[in-house]
Amino acid sequence: MEGVNSVLGESPTKMDVQNLSAYYGQSRAIQEINLAFPEKKVTAIIGPSGCGKSTLIRCLNRMHETGYRARVEGSVLLDGEDLYELDATLVRRRVGMVFQKPNPFATMSIYNNVSAALRFNGRPSREECDAVVLRSLRQAALWDEVKDRIDEPATSLSGGQQQRLCIARALAANPEVILMDEPCSALDPIATAKIEELIGQLKNDYTVIIVTHNMQQAARVADFTSFLYLGKLVEFGPTEQLFERPKEHLTEAYITGRFG
Amino acid sequence: MSARTRHATRRKLFSHAMTVLTGLAVVIVMIPLFWIIYECVLLGGSHLTLGYFTQGTPPPCSPIECKAGGGLQLMQGTFIVVGLASLYAVPVGIAGAIFAVEYGGQRAWARAFSFAADVLSGVPSIVVGMFIYVVIFYYDPQIVFSVTSGSLALGAIMLPIVMRATEEALRTVPHSVREAALALGMSRWKISLRIVLLSALPGVLTGVLLAVSRAVGEAAPLLLLDNTNLGFTGTNNPADTMALSIYLFAASPYKNWANLAWETALVLLIFVLVLSLTSRLLLNRWSRKWKA
Repeated sequence: MEGVNSVLGESPTKMDVQNLSAYYGQSRAIQEINLAFPEKKVTAIIGPSGCGKSTLIRCLNRMHETGYRARVEGSVLLDGEDLYELDATLVRRRVGMVFQKPNPFATMSIYNNVSAALRFNGRPSREECDAVVLRSLRQAALWDEVKDRIDEPATSLSGGQQQRLCIARALAANPEVILMDEPCSALDPIATAKIEELIGQLKNDYTVIIVTHNMQQAARVADFTSFLYLGKLVEFGPTEQLFERPKEHLTEAYITGRFG
Repeated sequence: MSARTRHATRRKLFSHAMTVLTGLAVVIVMIPLFWIIYECVLLGGSHLTLGYFTQGTPPPCSPIECKAGGGLQLMQGTFIVVGLASLYAVPVGIAGAIFAVEYGGQRAWARAFSFAADVLSGVPSIVVGMFIYVVIFYYDPQIVFSVTSGSLALGAIMLPIVMRATEEALRTVPHSVREAALALGMSRWKISLRIVLLSALPGVLTGVLLAVSRAVGEAAPLLLLDNTNLGFTGTNNPADTMALSIYLFAASPYKNWANLAWETALVLLIFVLVLSLTSRLLLNRWSRKWKA
Protein backbone atom coordinates (compact mmCIF):
# COMPACT_ATOMS: atom_id res chain seq x y z
CA MET A 1 0.00 0.00 0.00
CA GLU A 2 1.24 3.45 -0.77
CA GLY A 3 2.08 5.88 2.03
CA VAL A 4 -0.97 7.21 3.83
CA ASN A 5 0.02 10.81 3.48
CA SER A 6 0.24 10.63 -0.29
CA VAL A 7 -3.41 9.48 -0.30
CA LEU A 8 -4.55 12.70 1.31
CA GLY A 9 -3.10 14.82 -1.48
CA GLU A 10 -3.56 18.51 -0.73
CA SER A 11 -5.48 18.06 2.54
CA PRO A 12 -3.51 18.75 5.74
CA THR A 13 -3.39 15.87 8.24
CA LYS A 14 -5.36 16.30 11.48
CA MET A 15 -4.79 12.91 13.03
CA ASP A 16 -2.05 10.50 12.21
CA VAL A 17 -2.27 6.88 13.31
CA GLN A 18 1.09 5.13 13.52
CA ASN A 19 1.60 1.39 14.01
CA LEU A 20 -1.49 1.21 16.18
CA SER A 21 -2.43 -2.09 17.79
CA ALA A 22 -5.19 -2.53 20.38
CA TYR A 23 -5.79 -5.46 22.68
CA TYR A 24 -8.52 -6.90 24.85
CA GLY A 25 -6.55 -9.01 27.31
CA GLN A 26 -4.43 -11.27 25.13
CA SER A 27 -6.43 -10.93 21.94
CA ARG A 28 -5.43 -8.29 19.44
CA ALA A 29 -8.40 -6.51 17.90
CA ILE A 30 -6.48 -4.29 15.49
CA GLN A 31 -2.91 -4.65 14.40
CA GLU A 32 -0.31 -2.18 13.25
CA ILE A 33 -2.62 0.25 11.58
CA ASN A 34 -1.19 3.24 9.76
CA LEU A 35 -3.74 5.81 8.73
CA ALA A 36 -4.10 9.57 8.44
CA PHE A 37 -7.25 11.64 8.85
CA PRO A 38 -7.43 14.88 6.85
CA GLU A 39 -8.49 18.10 8.50
CA LYS A 40 -12.08 19.27 7.98
CA LYS A 41 -12.99 16.26 5.91
CA VAL A 42 -15.18 13.28 6.59
CA THR A 43 -13.34 9.98 6.72
CA ALA A 44 -15.29 6.73 6.91
CA ILE A 45 -14.07 3.47 8.38
CA ILE A 46 -15.87 0.50 6.86
CA GLY A 47 -15.57 -3.25 7.16
CA PRO A 48 -17.52 -6.32 8.21
CA SER A 49 -18.64 -6.90 11.81
CA GLY A 50 -15.79 -7.63 14.18
CA CYS A 51 -13.10 -6.19 11.92
CA GLY A 52 -12.00 -3.67 14.55
CA LYS A 53 -13.73 -0.51 13.27
CA SER A 54 -15.09 0.47 16.66
CA THR A 55 -11.89 -0.47 18.43
CA LEU A 56 -9.92 1.73 16.07
CA ILE A 57 -12.17 4.75 16.51
CA ARG A 58 -12.15 4.29 20.28
CA CYS A 59 -8.35 4.48 20.23
CA LEU A 60 -8.59 7.95 18.70
CA ASN A 61 -9.98 9.57 21.88
CA ARG A 62 -8.47 7.10 24.33
CA MET A 63 -11.78 5.45 25.12
CA HIS A 64 -10.47 2.00 24.26
CA GLU A 65 -8.22 1.89 27.31
CA THR A 66 -11.18 2.47 29.67
CA GLY A 67 -12.39 -1.06 28.94
CA TYR A 68 -11.54 -4.04 31.10
CA ARG A 69 -7.96 -5.27 30.43
CA ALA A 70 -7.77 -3.17 27.29
CA ARG A 71 -4.50 -1.63 26.10
CA VAL A 72 -3.00 0.12 23.13
CA GLU A 73 0.37 0.07 21.38
CA GLY A 74 1.66 2.53 18.82
CA SER A 75 0.75 6.18 18.62
CA VAL A 76 -1.93 8.57 17.44
CA LEU A 77 -0.83 12.09 16.62
CA LEU A 78 -3.24 14.99 16.92
CA ASP A 79 -1.69 18.02 15.23
CA GLY A 80 1.65 16.26 15.62
CA GLU A 81 1.28 15.54 19.36
CA ASP A 82 0.95 11.96 20.56
CA LEU A 83 -2.43 11.54 22.30
CA TYR A 84 -1.01 8.84 24.47
CA GLU A 85 1.44 11.27 26.02
CA LEU A 86 -1.27 13.82 26.86
CA ASP A 87 -3.83 13.75 29.68
CA ALA A 88 -6.68 11.46 28.64
CA THR A 89 -9.49 13.76 29.82
CA LEU A 90 -7.99 16.69 27.94
CA VAL A 91 -7.68 14.54 24.82
CA ARG A 92 -11.37 13.67 25.04
CA ARG A 93 -12.29 17.34 25.21
CA ARG A 94 -10.46 17.90 21.92
CA VAL A 95 -11.73 14.72 20.27
CA GLY A 96 -15.47 14.36 20.85
CA MET A 97 -17.49 11.19 20.31
CA VAL A 98 -20.99 10.15 19.31
CA PHE A 99 -22.00 6.59 20.04
CA GLN A 100 -23.96 3.89 18.28
CA LYS A 101 -27.02 4.17 20.47
CA PRO A 102 -28.15 7.62 21.59
CA ASN A 103 -27.02 7.96 25.20
CA PRO A 104 -28.28 11.25 26.62
CA PHE A 105 -28.05 11.68 30.39
CA ALA A 106 -31.50 10.50 31.45
CA THR A 107 -31.51 12.47 34.68
CA MET A 108 -30.87 15.77 32.92
CA SER A 109 -32.94 18.16 30.85
CA ILE A 110 -32.17 18.90 27.21
CA TYR A 111 -30.45 22.12 28.25
CA ASN A 112 -28.38 20.42 30.92
CA ASN A 113 -27.36 17.64 28.55
CA VAL A 114 -25.96 20.07 26.04
CA SER A 115 -24.25 22.22 28.64
CA ALA A 116 -22.93 19.20 30.59
CA ALA A 117 -19.33 19.38 29.36
CA LEU A 118 -19.21 23.10 30.03
CA ARG A 119 -20.70 22.88 33.50
CA PHE A 120 -18.78 19.82 34.63
CA ASN A 121 -15.41 20.90 33.31
CA GLY A 122 -15.57 24.49 34.53
CA ARG A 123 -17.70 27.19 36.12
CA PRO A 124 -19.46 28.93 33.26
CA SER A 125 -21.90 31.80 33.72
CA ARG A 126 -25.54 31.38 32.76
CA GLU A 127 -24.97 33.56 29.66
CA GLU A 128 -22.03 31.43 28.50
CA CYS A 129 -24.13 28.29 28.93
CA ASP A 130 -27.06 29.81 27.06
CA ALA A 131 -24.83 30.84 24.17
CA VAL A 132 -23.17 27.43 23.89
CA VAL A 133 -26.48 25.57 24.12
CA LEU A 134 -27.98 27.74 21.40
CA ARG A 135 -24.96 27.41 19.11
CA SER A 136 -24.62 23.64 19.61
CA LEU A 137 -28.30 22.87 19.15
CA ARG A 138 -28.34 24.98 15.99
CA GLN A 139 -25.25 23.22 14.65
CA ALA A 140 -26.91 19.89 15.36
CA ALA A 141 -30.07 21.07 13.53
CA LEU A 142 -32.16 20.45 16.63
CA TRP A 143 -32.85 23.96 17.92
CA ASP A 144 -36.14 24.53 16.11
CA GLU A 145 -37.53 21.26 17.39
CA VAL A 146 -36.62 21.74 21.05
CA LYS A 147 -36.53 25.50 21.68
CA ASP A 148 -39.87 25.46 23.50
CA ARG A 149 -39.09 22.44 25.66
CA ILE A 150 -35.48 22.99 26.55
CA ASP A 151 -36.05 22.10 30.23
CA GLU A 152 -37.83 18.84 29.57
CA PRO A 153 -36.05 15.53 30.18
CA ALA A 154 -33.76 14.51 27.32
CA THR A 155 -35.45 11.13 27.23
CA SER A 156 -38.69 12.78 26.08
CA LEU A 157 -37.14 13.20 22.62
CA SER A 158 -37.40 10.66 19.80
CA GLY A 159 -34.45 8.41 18.99
CA GLY A 160 -33.27 10.53 16.08
CA GLN A 161 -33.61 13.73 18.13
CA GLN A 162 -31.73 12.10 20.99
CA GLN A 163 -28.87 11.28 18.64
CA ARG A 164 -28.74 14.87 17.39
CA LEU A 165 -28.83 15.94 21.03
CA CYS A 166 -25.78 13.75 21.62
CA ILE A 167 -24.09 15.42 18.67
CA ALA A 168 -24.95 18.83 20.12
CA ARG A 169 -23.60 17.72 23.48
CA ALA A 170 -20.33 16.67 21.85
CA LEU A 171 -20.13 19.95 19.88
CA ALA A 172 -20.69 21.99 23.04
CA ALA A 173 -17.35 20.76 24.37
CA ASN A 174 -15.79 22.61 21.43
CA PRO A 175 -13.82 19.69 20.01
CA GLU A 176 -11.52 19.73 16.98
CA VAL A 177 -12.38 16.22 15.87
CA ILE A 178 -15.71 14.37 16.09
CA LEU A 179 -15.75 10.60 16.14
CA MET A 180 -18.98 8.84 15.24
CA ASP A 181 -19.34 5.16 15.94
CA GLU A 182 -22.18 3.93 13.70
CA PRO A 183 -24.30 6.94 14.67
CA CYS A 184 -27.29 5.90 12.56
CA SER A 185 -27.49 2.19 13.22
CA ALA A 186 -30.29 2.64 15.77
CA LEU A 187 -32.23 5.16 13.68
CA ASP A 188 -34.91 5.04 11.00
CA PRO A 189 -34.18 6.20 7.41
CA ILE A 190 -35.56 9.72 7.88
CA ALA A 191 -33.55 10.32 11.05
CA THR A 192 -30.54 8.81 9.29
CA ALA A 193 -30.90 11.23 6.39
CA LYS A 194 -30.95 14.15 8.83
CA ILE A 195 -27.78 12.98 10.55
CA GLU A 196 -26.05 12.47 7.21
CA GLU A 197 -26.99 15.96 6.10
CA LEU A 198 -25.66 17.24 9.39
CA ILE A 199 -22.34 15.44 8.90
CA GLY A 200 -21.97 17.24 5.58
CA GLN A 201 -22.29 20.58 7.39
CA LEU A 202 -20.08 19.65 10.32
CA LYS A 203 -17.04 19.17 8.13
CA ASN A 204 -16.92 22.92 7.50
CA ASP A 205 -15.73 23.34 11.09
CA TYR A 206 -14.62 19.94 12.30
CA THR A 207 -12.69 16.87 11.27
CA VAL A 208 -15.21 14.04 11.21
CA ILE A 209 -14.38 10.35 11.46
CA ILE A 210 -17.28 7.96 11.09
CA VAL A 211 -17.50 4.21 11.53
CA THR A 212 -20.23 2.59 9.51
CA HIS A 213 -21.20 -0.87 8.39
CA ASN A 214 -23.34 0.72 5.71
CA MET A 215 -21.28 1.15 2.54
CA GLN A 216 -23.85 3.40 0.88
CA GLN A 217 -23.62 5.70 3.85
CA ALA A 218 -19.85 5.86 3.53
CA ALA A 219 -20.22 6.61 -0.16
CA ARG A 220 -22.74 9.37 0.58
CA VAL A 221 -21.00 11.23 3.40
CA ALA A 222 -17.27 10.51 3.30
CA ASP A 223 -14.47 12.25 1.43
CA PHE A 224 -12.07 9.46 2.31
CA THR A 225 -12.75 5.86 3.17
CA SER A 226 -10.67 3.19 4.83
CA PHE A 227 -11.49 -0.49 4.67
CA LEU A 228 -10.61 -2.71 7.62
CA TYR A 229 -10.65 -6.48 7.57
CA LEU A 230 -9.72 -8.83 10.43
CA GLY A 231 -8.07 -6.02 12.37
CA LYS A 232 -5.90 -4.86 9.51
CA LEU A 233 -6.17 -1.89 7.22
CA VAL A 234 -6.71 -3.22 3.72
CA GLU A 235 -7.15 -0.05 1.75
CA PHE A 236 -7.42 3.68 2.30
CA GLY A 237 -8.21 6.28 -0.29
CA PRO A 238 -10.58 8.94 -1.60
CA THR A 239 -14.08 7.49 -1.28
CA GLU A 240 -14.83 7.63 -5.00
CA GLN A 241 -11.64 5.83 -5.89
CA LEU A 242 -12.11 3.16 -3.20
CA PHE A 243 -15.60 2.33 -4.35
CA GLU A 244 -15.10 2.62 -8.11
CA ARG A 245 -11.50 1.55 -8.64
CA PRO A 246 -10.42 -0.40 -5.55
CA LYS A 247 -6.78 -1.36 -5.63
CA GLU A 248 -7.11 -4.41 -3.44
CA HIS A 249 -8.91 -7.57 -4.38
CA LEU A 250 -10.39 -7.84 -0.83
CA THR A 251 -11.88 -4.37 -1.02
CA GLU A 252 -13.55 -5.13 -4.29
CA ALA A 253 -14.93 -8.39 -2.95
CA TYR A 254 -16.35 -6.59 0.08
CA ILE A 255 -17.93 -3.63 -1.69
CA THR A 256 -19.49 -5.83 -4.31
CA GLY A 257 -21.08 -7.87 -1.55
CA ARG A 258 -19.22 -11.12 -2.01
CA PHE A 259 -18.61 -11.36 1.76
CA GLY A 260 -19.25 -9.36 4.90
CA MET B 1 -63.74 -42.30 30.61
CA SER B 2 -60.75 -42.58 28.36
CA ALA B 3 -57.19 -42.54 29.63
CA ARG B 4 -56.63 -39.16 28.06
CA THR B 5 -59.53 -37.41 29.84
CA ARG B 6 -58.57 -39.12 33.11
CA HIS B 7 -55.12 -37.67 32.70
CA ALA B 8 -56.55 -34.25 31.95
CA THR B 9 -58.74 -34.34 35.03
CA ARG B 10 -55.79 -35.29 37.20
CA ARG B 11 -53.74 -32.50 35.71
CA LYS B 12 -56.49 -29.98 36.42
CA LEU B 13 -56.91 -31.24 39.97
CA PHE B 14 -53.20 -30.98 40.58
CA SER B 15 -53.17 -27.49 39.17
CA HIS B 16 -56.04 -26.41 41.44
CA ALA B 17 -54.37 -27.99 44.45
CA MET B 18 -51.17 -26.08 43.74
CA THR B 19 -53.07 -22.82 43.38
CA VAL B 20 -54.72 -23.38 46.75
CA LEU B 21 -51.44 -24.39 48.42
CA THR B 22 -49.48 -21.39 47.16
CA GLY B 23 -52.39 -19.12 48.04
CA LEU B 24 -52.33 -20.57 51.54
CA ALA B 25 -48.62 -19.85 51.75
CA VAL B 26 -49.34 -16.20 50.94
CA VAL B 27 -51.84 -16.05 53.77
CA ILE B 28 -49.42 -17.67 56.20
CA VAL B 29 -46.73 -15.16 55.22
CA MET B 30 -49.11 -12.25 55.78
CA ILE B 31 -50.42 -13.46 59.15
CA PRO B 32 -47.43 -12.40 61.29
CA LEU B 33 -47.35 -8.91 59.72
CA PHE B 34 -51.02 -8.19 60.28
CA TRP B 35 -51.04 -9.86 63.67
CA ILE B 36 -48.14 -7.70 64.81
CA ILE B 37 -49.83 -4.56 63.53
CA TYR B 38 -53.09 -5.63 65.16
CA GLU B 39 -51.46 -6.27 68.53
CA CYS B 40 -49.52 -3.02 68.45
CA VAL B 41 -52.59 -1.02 67.52
CA LEU B 42 -54.72 -2.82 70.11
CA LEU B 43 -52.31 -2.67 73.04
CA GLY B 44 -50.38 0.46 72.10
CA GLY B 45 -53.20 2.40 70.50
CA SER B 46 -55.48 2.16 73.49
CA HIS B 47 -52.98 4.10 75.62
CA LEU B 48 -51.39 6.31 73.00
CA THR B 49 -52.18 9.99 73.52
CA LEU B 50 -50.53 13.21 72.41
CA GLY B 51 -48.78 13.08 75.77
CA TYR B 52 -46.50 10.39 74.34
CA PHE B 53 -44.85 12.98 72.15
CA THR B 54 -44.47 15.66 74.82
CA GLN B 55 -43.65 13.85 78.07
CA GLY B 56 -40.58 12.01 79.26
CA THR B 57 -40.21 8.52 80.68
CA PRO B 58 -42.31 8.22 83.89
CA PRO B 59 -41.03 6.74 87.14
CA PRO B 60 -42.35 3.21 87.63
CA CYS B 61 -45.79 2.90 89.16
CA SER B 62 -45.78 2.90 92.93
CA PRO B 63 -48.67 2.49 95.36
CA ILE B 64 -48.64 6.30 95.79
CA GLU B 65 -48.71 7.48 92.17
CA CYS B 66 -48.77 6.06 88.66
CA LYS B 67 -48.07 8.48 85.78
CA ALA B 68 -48.50 7.46 82.17
CA GLY B 69 -45.61 9.61 80.93
CA GLY B 70 -44.46 9.51 77.33
CA GLY B 71 -41.73 8.60 74.91
CA LEU B 72 -40.18 11.97 74.21
CA GLN B 73 -36.80 10.95 75.64
CA LEU B 74 -36.88 7.67 73.74
CA MET B 75 -37.63 9.35 70.43
CA GLN B 76 -34.97 11.96 71.05
CA GLY B 77 -32.40 9.27 71.88
CA THR B 78 -33.28 7.17 68.85
CA PHE B 79 -33.13 10.20 66.60
CA ILE B 80 -29.70 11.20 67.87
CA VAL B 81 -28.13 7.72 67.94
CA VAL B 82 -29.45 6.69 64.53
CA GLY B 83 -28.71 10.14 63.15
CA LEU B 84 -25.08 9.95 64.24
CA ALA B 85 -24.84 6.40 62.91
CA SER B 86 -26.24 7.52 59.52
CA LEU B 87 -23.86 10.44 59.51
CA TYR B 88 -20.93 8.08 59.03
CA ALA B 89 -22.56 4.92 57.67
CA VAL B 90 -24.36 6.58 54.73
CA PRO B 91 -21.45 8.52 53.19
CA VAL B 92 -18.93 5.76 53.89
CA GLY B 93 -21.29 3.09 52.55
CA ILE B 94 -21.99 5.07 49.37
CA ALA B 95 -18.29 5.87 48.90
CA GLY B 96 -17.42 2.20 49.37
CA ALA B 97 -19.96 1.20 46.75
CA ILE B 98 -18.69 3.81 44.29
CA PHE B 99 -15.18 2.54 44.84
CA ALA B 100 -16.20 -1.08 44.30
CA VAL B 101 -18.34 -0.48 41.20
CA GLU B 102 -16.78 2.53 39.46
CA TYR B 103 -13.14 1.80 40.20
CA GLY B 104 -13.13 -1.91 40.92
CA GLY B 105 -15.47 -3.08 38.16
CA GLN B 106 -15.00 -6.76 37.49
CA ARG B 107 -11.68 -7.09 39.30
CA ALA B 108 -11.22 -9.81 41.90
CA TRP B 109 -10.62 -7.44 44.82
CA ALA B 110 -13.84 -5.57 44.12
CA ARG B 111 -15.82 -8.79 44.31
CA ALA B 112 -13.98 -9.74 47.51
CA PHE B 113 -14.86 -6.33 48.97
CA SER B 114 -18.57 -6.85 48.20
CA PHE B 115 -18.39 -10.31 49.67
CA ALA B 116 -16.85 -8.87 52.85
CA ALA B 117 -19.78 -6.45 53.10
CA ASP B 118 -22.17 -9.38 52.79
CA VAL B 119 -20.35 -11.16 55.58
CA LEU B 120 -20.52 -8.03 57.74
CA SER B 121 -24.27 -7.80 57.21
CA GLY B 122 -24.53 -11.40 58.33
CA VAL B 123 -22.72 -10.79 61.63
CA PRO B 124 -25.27 -10.91 64.48
CA SER B 125 -25.87 -7.43 65.85
CA ILE B 126 -25.05 -8.50 69.38
CA VAL B 127 -21.59 -9.55 68.16
CA VAL B 128 -21.16 -6.13 66.55
CA GLY B 129 -22.12 -4.63 69.93
CA MET B 130 -19.60 -6.79 71.75
CA PHE B 131 -16.87 -5.80 69.32
CA ILE B 132 -17.55 -2.08 69.71
CA TYR B 133 -17.73 -2.61 73.48
CA VAL B 134 -14.18 -3.97 73.53
CA VAL B 135 -12.81 -1.36 71.10
CA ILE B 136 -14.30 1.54 73.04
CA PHE B 137 -13.22 0.01 76.31
CA TYR B 138 -9.58 0.13 75.22
CA TYR B 139 -10.04 3.64 73.86
CA ASP B 140 -11.75 5.07 76.95
CA PRO B 141 -13.58 2.91 79.51
CA GLN B 142 -15.53 6.01 80.62
CA ILE B 143 -17.55 6.16 77.44
CA VAL B 144 -18.34 2.50 76.89
CA PHE B 145 -21.96 3.20 77.76
CA SER B 146 -22.58 6.15 75.53
CA VAL B 147 -24.37 7.54 72.52
CA THR B 148 -21.04 7.47 70.70
CA SER B 149 -20.47 3.76 71.06
CA GLY B 150 -24.14 3.03 70.41
CA SER B 151 -24.08 4.90 67.13
CA LEU B 152 -20.78 3.29 66.14
CA ALA B 153 -22.44 -0.11 66.52
CA LEU B 154 -25.62 0.87 64.67
CA GLY B 155 -23.50 2.44 61.94
CA ALA B 156 -21.58 -0.81 61.53
CA ILE B 157 -24.91 -2.56 61.04
CA MET B 158 -26.12 0.06 58.55
CA LEU B 159 -22.87 0.19 56.60
CA PRO B 160 -23.16 -3.06 54.61
CA ILE B 161 -26.86 -2.46 53.93
CA VAL B 162 -26.18 0.98 52.46
CA MET B 163 -23.16 -0.25 50.57
CA ARG B 164 -24.73 -3.31 48.99
CA ALA B 165 -27.92 -1.48 47.99
CA THR B 166 -25.89 1.36 46.48
CA GLU B 167 -23.69 -1.13 44.67
CA GLU B 168 -26.69 -2.85 43.11
CA ALA B 169 -28.18 0.52 42.15
CA LEU B 170 -24.92 1.70 40.56
CA ARG B 171 -24.64 -1.51 38.57
CA THR B 172 -28.04 -0.91 36.99
CA VAL B 173 -26.86 2.40 35.52
CA PRO B 174 -26.08 1.60 31.86
CA HIS B 175 -22.44 1.60 30.87
CA SER B 176 -23.31 3.90 27.96
CA VAL B 177 -23.98 6.74 30.41
CA ARG B 178 -20.46 6.49 31.82
CA GLU B 179 -19.02 6.32 28.31
CA ALA B 180 -20.94 9.42 27.25
CA ALA B 181 -19.52 11.32 30.20
CA LEU B 182 -15.99 10.00 29.74
CA ALA B 183 -16.07 10.99 26.07
CA LEU B 184 -16.90 14.56 27.11
CA GLY B 185 -13.64 14.70 29.03
CA MET B 186 -15.15 14.51 32.50
CA SER B 187 -13.03 13.22 35.32
CA ARG B 188 -13.91 9.89 36.87
CA TRP B 189 -14.97 11.18 40.26
CA LYS B 190 -17.29 13.76 38.74
CA ILE B 191 -18.90 11.07 36.59
CA SER B 192 -19.32 8.84 39.63
CA LEU B 193 -20.79 11.48 41.90
CA ARG B 194 -22.74 13.75 39.60
CA ILE B 195 -23.97 11.41 36.90
CA VAL B 196 -23.91 7.77 37.92
CA LEU B 197 -24.88 8.28 41.57
CA LEU B 198 -27.65 10.66 40.56
CA SER B 199 -29.03 8.14 38.08
CA ALA B 200 -28.93 5.50 40.80
CA LEU B 201 -30.56 7.75 43.40
CA PRO B 202 -33.80 5.77 43.87
CA GLY B 203 -31.89 2.59 44.64
CA VAL B 204 -29.47 4.38 46.93
CA LEU B 205 -32.26 6.03 48.91
CA THR B 206 -34.08 2.73 49.24
CA GLY B 207 -30.92 1.25 50.72
CA VAL B 208 -30.47 4.15 53.13
CA LEU B 209 -34.07 3.85 54.32
CA LEU B 210 -33.72 0.11 54.72
CA ALA B 211 -30.65 0.72 56.83
CA VAL B 212 -32.36 3.42 58.92
CA SER B 213 -35.38 1.17 59.47
CA ARG B 214 -33.09 -1.59 60.58
CA ALA B 215 -31.13 0.69 62.91
CA VAL B 216 -34.11 2.25 64.67
CA GLY B 217 -35.38 -1.21 65.47
CA GLU B 218 -32.06 -2.58 66.67
CA ALA B 219 -31.82 -3.19 70.43
CA ALA B 220 -29.20 -5.89 70.88
CA PRO B 221 -25.98 -3.91 70.46
CA LEU B 222 -27.36 -1.02 72.51
CA LEU B 223 -27.89 -3.41 75.40
CA LEU B 224 -24.13 -3.46 75.82
CA LEU B 225 -23.48 0.13 74.84
CA ASP B 226 -26.27 2.59 75.40
CA ASN B 227 -28.29 1.14 78.23
CA THR B 228 -29.92 3.74 80.47
CA ASN B 229 -33.04 5.26 81.82
CA LEU B 230 -32.08 8.82 81.08
CA GLY B 231 -32.65 11.22 78.27
CA PHE B 232 -29.88 12.56 76.08
CA THR B 233 -27.26 14.52 78.01
CA GLY B 234 -24.29 14.39 75.63
CA THR B 235 -22.57 11.99 73.28
CA ASN B 236 -20.28 10.68 76.03
CA ASN B 237 -23.30 9.65 78.12
CA PRO B 238 -25.88 7.01 77.37
CA ALA B 239 -29.35 7.96 76.16
CA ASP B 240 -32.62 6.04 75.96
CA THR B 241 -33.69 4.67 72.62
CA MET B 242 -37.05 3.32 71.53
CA ALA B 243 -36.08 -0.20 70.56
CA LEU B 244 -34.08 -0.90 73.69
CA SER B 245 -36.78 0.60 75.90
CA ILE B 246 -39.35 -1.70 74.39
CA TYR B 247 -37.20 -4.58 75.55
CA LEU B 248 -36.66 -3.11 79.03
CA PHE B 249 -40.21 -1.93 79.63
CA ALA B 250 -42.13 -4.81 78.10
CA ALA B 251 -40.71 -7.20 80.67
CA SER B 252 -41.13 -4.83 83.60
CA PRO B 253 -43.78 -5.48 86.28
CA TYR B 254 -44.94 -1.83 86.25
CA LYS B 255 -48.15 -1.19 84.41
CA ASN B 256 -47.20 2.24 83.03
CA TRP B 257 -43.87 0.95 81.70
CA ALA B 258 -45.52 -2.02 80.03
CA ASN B 259 -48.00 0.31 78.37
CA LEU B 260 -45.18 2.60 77.31
CA ALA B 261 -43.48 -0.37 75.63
CA TRP B 262 -46.56 -1.05 73.50
CA GLU B 263 -47.05 2.60 72.65
CA THR B 264 -43.41 2.84 71.63
CA ALA B 265 -43.77 -0.28 69.51
CA LEU B 266 -46.72 1.28 67.69
CA VAL B 267 -44.95 4.61 67.15
CA LEU B 268 -41.85 2.83 65.88
CA LEU B 269 -43.97 0.82 63.48
CA ILE B 270 -45.76 3.91 62.20
CA PHE B 271 -42.46 5.76 61.87
CA VAL B 272 -40.90 3.04 59.73
CA LEU B 273 -44.07 2.72 57.65
CA VAL B 274 -44.39 6.45 57.03
CA LEU B 275 -40.71 6.71 56.19
CA SER B 276 -40.89 4.01 53.54
CA LEU B 277 -44.24 5.16 52.11
CA THR B 278 -43.32 8.83 51.74
CA SER B 279 -39.93 8.02 50.28
CA ARG B 280 -41.50 5.65 47.81
CA LEU B 281 -44.00 8.32 46.83
CA LEU B 282 -41.29 10.92 46.29
CA LEU B 283 -39.14 8.47 44.36
CA ASN B 284 -42.01 7.50 42.10
CA ARG B 285 -42.67 11.12 41.31
CA TRP B 286 -38.97 11.68 40.62
CA SER B 287 -38.69 8.55 38.48
CA ARG B 288 -41.77 9.42 36.45
CA LYS B 289 -40.24 12.72 35.50
CA TRP B 290 -36.74 11.53 34.68
CA LYS B 291 -37.07 7.94 33.59
CA ALA B 292 -40.20 8.15 31.46
